[in-house]
Amino acid sequence: MIAIVRPDGWNLPLLVHVGGAMLLVGTLVVVPVVMAGALRHGDDAAVLSRLACRSLLLGVLPSYLVMRVGAEWVASEEAVGDPTWVGIGYMTSDVGLLLILIATGLAWRTQRRGVGGPARAVVVLAGVLLIAYAVTIWAMSAKPG
Amino acid sequence: MSLYEWLLFFHLLAAFALVAGLVSYGVLVTQGAGDATRRAVGPPALALWNAGGIGVLAFGIALALEVDSYELWDGWIIAAIVLWLIASAAGGRLSRGVREGAPDGAQVLLAVMALATLALLVDMVFKPGA
Repeated sequence: MIAIVRPDGWNLPLLVHVGGAMLLVGTLVVVPVVMAGALRHGDDAAVLSRLACRSLLLGVLPSYLVMRVGAEWVASEEAVGDPTWVGIGYMTSDVGLLLILIATGLAWRTQRRGVGGPARAVVVLAGVLLIAYAVTIWAMSAKPG
Repeated sequence: MSLYEWLLFFHLLAAFALVAGLVSYGVLVTQGAGDATRRAVGPPALALWNAGGIGVLAFGIALALEVDSYELWDGWIIAAIVLWLIASAAGGRLSRGVREGAPDGAQVLLAVMALATLALLVDMVFKPGA
């Protein structure tokens, strides 16, 4: 039920885009969950912070790539122009990548040096990203502009 | 925003929550589900999978009723409901197993959930027969 009417040729790129976006959000959700767990449970902090770092490196970043490739593929198939909802998508995507890279660096540091300020920053960054992606999902469904 | 757009937004949001629950269960199953991981990831996995599943179904049915060109008995919608039932059955067994600490056949159940969810996404995008 993602769109009522669209040419068949757009379906595969849309599947890649939406599938990548779902995996991006799905793997991103794991990051604050396990990092917050690392901050709460001191004994298991090493295991959980390693899991957060691996989720970012092996889950979030590859999913981001799939989502972005799918987005460019969709954009090349349909002449979407530059309405507001496309702008929101590109903005959250570009700024989101920067925040993902910062979070990955901080998670890497946490894994090597123990939980503390950087771990809290990872939780906050992941939370900000999840809110931004919720806004993007709204923009993709309501298509303002 | 029209009613259709609100319903579509919440339908999509629920689908993202469903996949987040699936990924969380994937972490539990593939990472060996030690005590620390199970305590941290188990409750959110259950909440996301259940809320996402209920939301996808409820808002999906509401969308089918709202859009004139869709009917609940369309083949692709019936296929979606069947796939939802398969994923939910596997998810229910896996979550019970995770709660009890020793899920039997966890990888098989996870694979069924993942394949059914992927098939649901393909069905939603391609809408065969619509």
